[in-house]
Amino acid sequence: MEWETVIGLEIHAQLRTKSKIFSSASTAFGAEPNTQACAVDLGLPGVLPVVNAEAIRMATKFGLATGSEVCKHSVFARKNYFYPDLPKGYQISQMELPIVGEGSIDIELEDGIKKTIGITRAHLEEDAGKSLHEDYHGMTGIDLNRAGTPLLEIVSEPDMRSAKEAVAYMRKIHSLVQYLEICDGNMAEGSFRCDANVSVRPKGQKEYGTRAELKNINSFRFVERAINLEVERQIDVIEDGGDVVQETRLYDADKHETRSMRSKEEANDYRYFPDPDLLPVVLDDAYLEEVRKTLPELPAEKAARFVSELSLSEYDAGILTASRDLADFFEAVISESVDAKLAANWMIGDVSARLNKEDLSITNCPVSAAHLAGMLKRIEDNTISGKIAKDVFNGMWNGEGDADTVIEKKGLKQITDDSAIEAIIDEVIANSPNQLEQYLSGKDKLFGYFVGQVMKLSQGKANPAQVNTMLKNKLK
Amino acid sequence: MYHTKTLSELSAMLEAGDVTSVQLTEHYLQRIKDHDAQLNSFITITAESALKAAAQADEVRKEGNAGPLTGIPIAHKDIFCTKGVKTTCGSKMLDNFESPYDATVVEKMQQAGVVMLGKTNMDEFAMGSSNETSFYGAVKNPWNTKAVPGGSSGGSASSVAARLTPASTGTDTGGSIRQPAALCGITGLKPTYGRVSRYGMIAFASSLDQAGPMAQSAEDCALLLNAMSGFDPKDSTSLEQDVPNYTAELNKPLDGLKIGLPKEYFGEGLSEGTNEVVKKAIEEYKAMGAEIIDISLPNTHLAVPVYYVVAPAECSSNLSRFDGVRFGHRCEDPKDLEDLYKRSRGEGFGEEVKRRILVGTYALSAGYYDAYYIKAQQLRRMISDDFTKAFEKVDVIMGPSSPETAFNIGEKSDDPISMYLSDIYTIAVNLAGLPGMSVPAGFSEKMPVGLQIIANHFDESRLLNVAHQYQLKTDWHKAIPEEFK
Repeated sequence: MEWETVIGLEIHAQLRTKSKIFSSASTAFGAEPNTQACAVDLGLPGVLPVVNAEAIRMATKFGLATGSEVCKHSVFARKNYFYPDLPKGYQISQMELPIVGEGSIDIELEDGIKKTIGITRAHLEEDAGKSLHEDYHGMTGIDLNRAGTPLLEIVSEPDMRSAKEAVAYMRKIHSLVQYLEICDGNMAEGSFRCDANVSVRPKGQKEYGTRAELKNINSFRFVERAINLEVERQIDVIEDGGDVVQETRLYDADKHETRSMRSKEEANDYRYFPDPDLLPVVLDDAYLEEVRKTLPELPAEKAARFVSELSLSEYDAGILTASRDLADFFEAVISESVDAKLAANWMIGDVSARLNKEDLSITNCPVSAAHLAGMLKRIEDNTISGKIAKDVFNGMWNGEGDADTVIEKKGLKQITDDSAIEAIIDEVIANSPNQLEQYLSGKDKLFGYFVGQVMKLSQGKANPAQVNTMLKNKLK
Repeated sequence: MYHTKTLSELSAMLEAGDVTSVQLTEHYLQRIKDHDAQLNSFITITAESALKAAAQADEVRKEGNAGPLTGIPIAHKDIFCTKGVKTTCGSKMLDNFESPYDATVVEKMQQAGVVMLGKTNMDEFAMGSSNETSFYGAVKNPWNTKAVPGGSSGGSASSVAARLTPASTGTDTGGSIRQPAALCGITGLKPTYGRVSRYGMIAFASSLDQAGPMAQSAEDCALLLNAMSGFDPKDSTSLEQDVPNYTAELNKPLDGLKIGLPKEYFGEGLSEGTNEVVKKAIEEYKAMGAEIIDISLPNTHLAVPVYYVVAPAECSSNLSRFDGVRFGHRCEDPKDLEDLYKRSRGEGFGEEVKRRILVGTYALSAGYYDAYYIKAQQLRRMISDDFTKAFEKVDVIMGPSSPETAFNIGEKSDDPISMYLSDIYTIAVNLAGLPGMSVPAGFSEKMPVGLQIIANHFDESRLLNVAHQYQLKTDWHKAIPEEFK
């Protein structure tokens, strides 16, 4: 039988507020355990939450950027359950009335096909603390630094039909929240993570199959692997005559397996009810308009502009706008009056390749936008050739200074002096009597040989265009 | 002696230099020492810090920076977090809890210069109407030490009635200031919901809880309310509204005041003695020029059932933080996490608290939520609408604070329903978020009876004015139980 996969994602994006969603404690990552937890975060008797206006603003930005309904009346609710790293015995979240309602986002697949993925809702909630099970001799350590960190939970419709689509959607949201500067997108620190609801059904069947929820997946690679693994498992279960049960499963990246955490029957009754300590969040048109004005240029708009104003190809524009950091870097480079196409080629080519190889992100690129622009200018003014530029780039990468410094220090300056080039040409011709004879007797292909020898002798520094013209004249 | 004076009189004496704060504080600490064994109205006495604060207050006065409350000793209900002092909420769960911070009310009172004598006894987590559910034992009524003082602010009411302190703070979720004030013969005021910050006040039912003053007179309450009230950025439900000077309108004449008498407050269940006293008080108002108007609050009978869904639902969630993990009682040698939770909570909470957590958990459960919690919220709105309509016709509403005078200790402890009914006249006021007061109006069989006065939202000035005018004409609020004179 042919099977169809159905996937919906719940993405948790940690909002980049300075302080927590309901207290004034800092949200900075990596501090000593329990040093960034105030009385409110500890859930001490008598404390009360006060909502962080910045978190509301960030959620509003997301809603506006995805064309979603931003709800003018949303309500915080308590999700009640006991866990040691949940200090109050309930998590403040939003249930019936979330701040962001229905919307959608377009994704592009590898084969160039575009697809629209529905966003069901996005709601604000506080994160829990962390339980540390190691190093406490049979006890559990609790770190409440993360408790109260604002999260935006973005829930998609079950619109994705493959792990690849799920990854494309997750990347798109990942890029968007960074464009909006509402989330740092740092997956290693858990600032961006997701749960995946996965089910399978015979192709052509209308009803959804029973789904399993895969918890807390924190990398694009793991999302793809975990979903594919789960799809295989579900198909195996059904083909063996069994039934998929509704349950929560954990993806274990080390063992490369998903395993059951709890079944539907074991699921908590969270006893949601509106939090009486917090008033409903009421937003008016003036506020929405004010926030709308602060929205940055979004990826699709930016890509379109790169095509129309900079004459880049749609493909290049798509790559350069895939992340805000990359786009910002690119725009910084061309702001130094460098040809956009040349800059795009370098960014997509050598720069990206080197970053990938060294596993670095563009924000950690050792070559600054200004240095890269400086080098591209030297290509444009013929000081160096494109080939020599690779050496210059290497030098800059290794911290040897800007392009001019590297060119100077390594003597990479292009030779453009006619007499100097002529001397080299003469030397090559003098050293290649056989080739000369063959060329003159009609073996045109050998022209390339002469060019190569000239370049070699000049250590790549001779201006290729001049070499071409002058050689042609000499060999007439 | 000093303790026969009202807070306002003491304030004038301090101002005149007839007494120092240290002298007053020593006097009241001595009274607590001499008499509290009979009453059990205090859980913690902070003699040392009180004397220090009193000396400081005297300094402030010398420097000419004293306000009306500078150097006045008071007690705080043990529901308010007080920095560095045990804060128990009347529970074994918090027997070992020392708060690292001050409640906003405590902070504001401190800024006004009051001297804290100690923390008063209360029903566990403010759940009770008799002060019998306290882990620290029952509090006794100074008018008859076999009787209850009411609750949950029973320790505050009892200590003020016995003049062990000039005044005390209390909290009122369903009548916890007004009912004990009535049963102990003192004046107590529950402000409009949102008037006084709830920050640092250990939550019972967040949408109902409100702190207020308990003292000997309306004038005293006005002075205290001036210090307690105001917007607090730490409490999202506190209201950003200007606080008037509550003493300013005390002396307004009552000519033409329209008093509504809801027929539902004078029906079945009201004791004959209380009825007589309250009616007599109403006659007094008539004599002062007020107009009496019969009104109806038709949904009054729903108040107790609605309250006993909403309050337990909120409390079941509010009390989840007492889990033995970070503070409070933790059971010995827990086997595992579940054992830690079960035994810590099982041992730390008393019967009434457990009963309400169970009721509330049930009311919020999947499948029951709509039938109980949502339904209760709808009815709550109807109860509130009754008052809105009534206040279109009248300025204040009057009735009894409690259906009967103080009952005996143990009399109702095994009958929660009959206990819950002792708040039948006060609960609707919390559900509607209105301000309400209880004022001593006389005695029935030697036990005090309280007159309840209810005003519209943020009309505390009117409440205090109406109560003060009555107290200018009567002496009930000056009565002191024989043994404590």
